[in-house]
Amino acid sequence: MTQISETKQKVKFYQTGTLTAGNRLLEEGHRSVQATVDRSNSLDCGHRACQGCGEALGARFAIDAAMRATNNQLIAANATGCLEVFTTPYPETAWSIPWIHSLFGNAPAVASGIAAAMKAKGRDDVRVIAQGGDGGTTDIGFGCLSGMFDRNDDVLYICYNNEAYMNTGVQRSSATPGAARTATTMPVGPEPGNDFATGKSVPLIAMAHQIPYVATASVHDLHDLEHKVSKAMSFHGARYIEISVPCPLGWGSKPGDTIKIARLAVQTGMFPLFEAENGDVTGVTKIRQHQPVGEYLKLQRRFAHVFKKENEDQLQALQAIADRNIKRFNLLPSGGEEE
Amino acid sequence: MLKQVEGSHAVAEAVALCRPEVISAYPITPQTHIVEDLGSIVKAGGIENCQFMLVESEFGALSACIGSSAAGARSYTATSSQGMLFMMEAVYNASGMGLPIVMTVGNRAIGAPINIWNDWGDSMSARDSGWLQLFAETNQEAVDVHIQAFKLAEELSMPVMVCMDGFILTHAYERVDIPEQSQVDEFLPPFQPRQVLDPVAPLSMGAMVGPEAFTEVRYLAHHKQLQALELISKQAAEFKAIFGRDSGGLIKSFEAEGAETVVITMGSVIGTMKEVLSRMRDDGISIGALTIRSYRPFPSEALREALKDAKRVIVFEKSLAVGMGGIVSMNIRMALQHLPIRVHSVIGGLGGRPITRANLRRMFDKGVKDQLEEPHFHDINIDVVDRELEREKAERRSGSIAENILHDVGVVAAAKAI
Repeated sequence: MTQISETKQKVKFYQTGTLTAGNRLLEEGHRSVQATVDRSNSLDCGHRACQGCGEALGARFAIDAAMRATNNQLIAANATGCLEVFTTPYPETAWSIPWIHSLFGNAPAVASGIAAAMKAKGRDDVRVIAQGGDGGTTDIGFGCLSGMFDRNDDVLYICYNNEAYMNTGVQRSSATPGAARTATTMPVGPEPGNDFATGKSVPLIAMAHQIPYVATASVHDLHDLEHKVSKAMSFHGARYIEISVPCPLGWGSKPGDTIKIARLAVQTGMFPLFEAENGDVTGVTKIRQHQPVGEYLKLQRRFAHVFKKENEDQLQALQAIADRNIKRFNLLPSGGEEE
Repeated sequence: MLKQVEGSHAVAEAVALCRPEVISAYPITPQTHIVEDLGSIVKAGGIENCQFMLVESEFGALSACIGSSAAGARSYTATSSQGMLFMMEAVYNASGMGLPIVMTVGNRAIGAPINIWNDWGDSMSARDSGWLQLFAETNQEAVDVHIQAFKLAEELSMPVMVCMDGFILTHAYERVDIPEQSQVDEFLPPFQPRQVLDPVAPLSMGAMVGPEAFTEVRYLAHHKQLQALELISKQAAEFKAIFGRDSGGLIKSFEAEGAETVVITMGSVIGTMKEVLSRMRDDGISIGALTIRSYRPFPSEALREALKDAKRVIVFEKSLAVGMGGIVSMNIRMALQHLPIRVHSVIGGLGGRPITRANLRRMFDKGVKDQLEEPHFHDINIDVVDRELEREKAERRSGSIAENILHDVGVVAAAKAI
């Protein structure tokens, strides 16, 4: 039997500071699908994601949850991007579900076509998911996504948002936050990093299409993520879930900090967690330990320049964005009062 | 059943007879009437188990077909002109993945300048995409070739474009024999995909291929086109046995056998040409014609065989490779390179310019004497061109070429007067 050397790896038996309950404390029915022997391993081991990849984690939990919710009757369409590239260099594939990659900008339309085929064939039991990164969703695939929402096609679209084009080498997307360093928004000149007052919120745009279900989720709270995916599969029609997935490569963070950073994005108000049905917000996840944005930003080299004296205004601007989110979605417990 | 119908309507009926399971539709002139009519047919319950999708763009239209075809559904869409360009990424993707989608192309020019009328710029822009491209002469043939296209696509697991001249065919009312459902069912079996997205047998489609295998994958795409050369002829014969009509095939001869000069073209223009050539033969000139029904795959061998006695060919095409010349004629030169046949390249009918018996006769008379410059721009008003070149020489800020030429030829002045 192989012994793990204590000098090489410190085994931690208990998570600390996560605010999430361990599986063993939950009733069986509430446990993560990953804790069951019949989990589907939809995104299986052997793929080529980077260490600490938030997207790989998010996709594994999301798709396995969708598989459980659909009795394993699932087909997925994937946009070009990291998730596609690291899972499927022919002849290898990390997917154990029927999966298709067509192009960067057409995953929603391909999924709509699959859904139409299933309808034509009377296969009501088979459900369809489309997935992509933020570039494939908020930029190049946006037309097809809006069309899929408009037609209310029976597709759940999952956007794994790591806030830039990571697969091509970390370029700015319309999901990149202000001040963030990317390869096309370098921290140089009088206004370093990405411009403020740019970008878009696709969850809010999705809500404007009055589709049955919209939610945001984070890889720091995988129970919540699984719950939202399962809930999404209980609806028919167009649904949208955006998952915050930190990217160690693009964000300049330690691979071991992925969950911590994802949690801080939520605790600071930078990434609000909410659900909406038919265009109305129906629920928000309250912030349990409110943190200043600096706590979130300081773990990421893409924001290193905002801590310089001369860029103080950028730090303030990011705090203002977080504060606005908190106010807009009423994210602090008991009407704005902190615990 | 014999009907006096618009070409687009006839095509819609033919597609409906093929029992498509998913149709995606986006409007662009001149293919709109086809998808409009299909929409009505589906809404009225005229096609069993068929989903009609109103998509947000041509890119979405073909992408939806990629999804539905990959999921094992017989899938159809139609486009024209800018729509073809807008979906081009998906055009290559559909053929690269070997998805047997059938798409009608109502052939129309590509802008700028924007122009809604007929030429082959759209189909030609996709000639190297791996799709089969079949050109129809008449609306009857358009009907027949659509029925053959589904069978061809599904046997090869490759997508097929049925190309028909915009307006000239799509909007023309003529007598068309619409086949019976039983005939179509006899000819076209249900779709049995080679690869399908199915939870029962999961597979990954559209994954990445590196330098170690890309050449072989591309070679096989080429090989499928070569297979199609045999299959197209075979299916045309099968079609004749059931429907009693000669339709489709690789090429069609119009008294080309033994002719000294053979005109080669595609699509509907042969209708006008036949009359001109018949009169020329009456005048003692040895001239015939061939139409290319299958442009992709290109029927090189069939052409060589059909042209073995010809001295010269005059290729008449509604397409231009800017900076090079005729596109179809380049292909024909390639096919005939080892034969002692002179090839004249004539580019005409661009953006819907009328092709008349009179202007064809003038051009053919020069052609049979080898007096056509290379390439020859049919019916061009060279004085207008020269005057624009003069304006460009005289003035740096000479303005839009298109607008200047419209002023010059008087169209703008005439419109103002109305």
